[in-house]
Amino acid sequence: MREVAILGVGQTQFGELWDRSFREIGIEAGFQALESSKLSSRDLSALYIGNMASGAFIDQEHVAPLVLDYSGLSGHHFPSVRVEAGEASGAVALAQAYLAVASGEYDFVVVGGAEKMTDVPEDRGSAISSSTMDQEWERVFGASMPALWALAARRHMIDHGTKREHFARLSVLDHENGSKNPLAHYRNKITLEQVLGANAVAEPLGMLDCAPSSDGAAAVVLGPLDRARKFTDTPIRIAASQIATDTMALMHRRDITTLDSTVLAAKRAFQRAKLQPSQIPLAEIHDSYSIAGLMALEDLGFYQKGEAGKALANGEVGIGTRLAINTSGGLKAQGQPFGAVGIAQVVEIVRQLRGEAGARQVSGATVGLAHNVGGTGATSVVHILERVN
Amino acid sequence: MSVARFWRETLRRYNLGASKCPDCETVFFPPRPVCPRCAVHRKSIAKMEPCQLSGHGKVYSYTIVHEAADGFEMQVPYVLAMVQMSEGPMLTGQIVDVEPSQVKEGLEVKASFRKLREEGEGGVIHYGYKFAPASQAPKAP
Repeated sequence: MREVAILGVGQTQFGELWDRSFREIGIEAGFQALESSKLSSRDLSALYIGNMASGAFIDQEHVAPLVLDYSGLSGHHFPSVRVEAGEASGAVALAQAYLAVASGEYDFVVVGGAEKMTDVPEDRGSAISSSTMDQEWERVFGASMPALWALAARRHMIDHGTKREHFARLSVLDHENGSKNPLAHYRNKITLEQVLGANAVAEPLGMLDCAPSSDGAAAVVLGPLDRARKFTDTPIRIAASQIATDTMALMHRRDITTLDSTVLAAKRAFQRAKLQPSQIPLAEIHDSYSIAGLMALEDLGFYQKGEAGKALANGEVGIGTRLAINTSGGLKAQGQPFGAVGIAQVVEIVRQLRGEAGARQVSGATVGLAHNVGGTGATSVVHILERVN
Repeated sequence: MSVARFWRETLRRYNLGASKCPDCETVFFPPRPVCPRCAVHRKSIAKMEPCQLSGHGKVYSYTIVHEAADGFEMQVPYVLAMVQMSEGPMLTGQIVDVEPSQVKEGLEVKASFRKLREEGEGGVIHYGYKFAPASQAPKAP
């Protein structure tokens, strides 16, 4: 196995992009990534696309060759593969592409993530968004995604003394960071009082604890590290790429206040990267719901179980502290186009490590982590990225 | 959800039909074809024993849902809970016949056969279990 580097990144605006189609946003992200890497499309071996539910959202399956075709690349006839793993589709696609390049089979590949979520009415959108839970044994009985995360939140409060204000702070933090990201779905700042006073969705979670439905796409270009300098001055090494899984339904977990899939993906990733959580100053964590972000801070190893809430309340997390999280705005403010999330997280880490993050730049970080979750944690993916000097 | 898709599972949803591993004796709901607990799967494949849950359990976690899941709009606010059954399995379902604010962790509940939802005006009606406080459940004659 050889070392793999990210050579270029691209990302579209996230939000309600009514004037833009699935294929348009997919192509834009891919070309931006290619452009920033100085690679020519002739150099490519394959295309990977993380996408969760194009069939349900836009009645279009088989989207990998579609995006390839409209990128003008159909004449190359190279492989184009769609990867689906719920909301973790993007990161799982990246993990597959990483393996293909590491193995030596492919040299240069584009990995995109894309989702077009706002072409359907809101109620249909929320039904599709619930499709990553167990339809037969959760959904049928009245479960929604926020309701399942609310069950985890309530139990976290019972077992670990976590308070409602603790996880509410993640939404405030996301919007603070999102206000500095021109590509973010939401760029308004919000206060703790607004989060706590927002309409209840599934208690204790309210409207401002939940990430939005967004359109958007992101892409990265991968290649062998030993050839990276030819295409970029700042290659970012993939120090670890790990997937772990768990039971489909939340109720069947060992402990609903922990995602064992995240714990294991992180543990394996830290082993592979030969790093400790305390050495990571920068992370994009999967906070589709604020409580999910709080649990991630614990499950990734940054805090002991039950300690993340207090850390958030004490302002120990954020830009300017020892752990900057979700500098992009996270899922809550940057937005949540399902298939694109895992790639967009990596795009943000790369921009930070290259010093290209503008007003939200974290100073001095040379390593960062991205954490993407599918469903309520049946799939978790952790990537660790490192700047090469 | 199509009629056949719902109908296939009615035995489990109506009667709480579960399965038990012949080796470690763990009870699973919904029934599983193979025991995920036993390291040697071969011992349980095609040998899981059907069994029935009593319907008695305790609330493990709960939420009052205000933004309904698809098809449950007429029921808000409703309580969704995880209930630990006396035989071990954890179930996800609604708690009914109680003021939502009265539902707490540890509340003893009993499964009850109820209408879950209707699939629009011309669709089928889904039935299955919901839970009611055990103290309010009708006594057996």
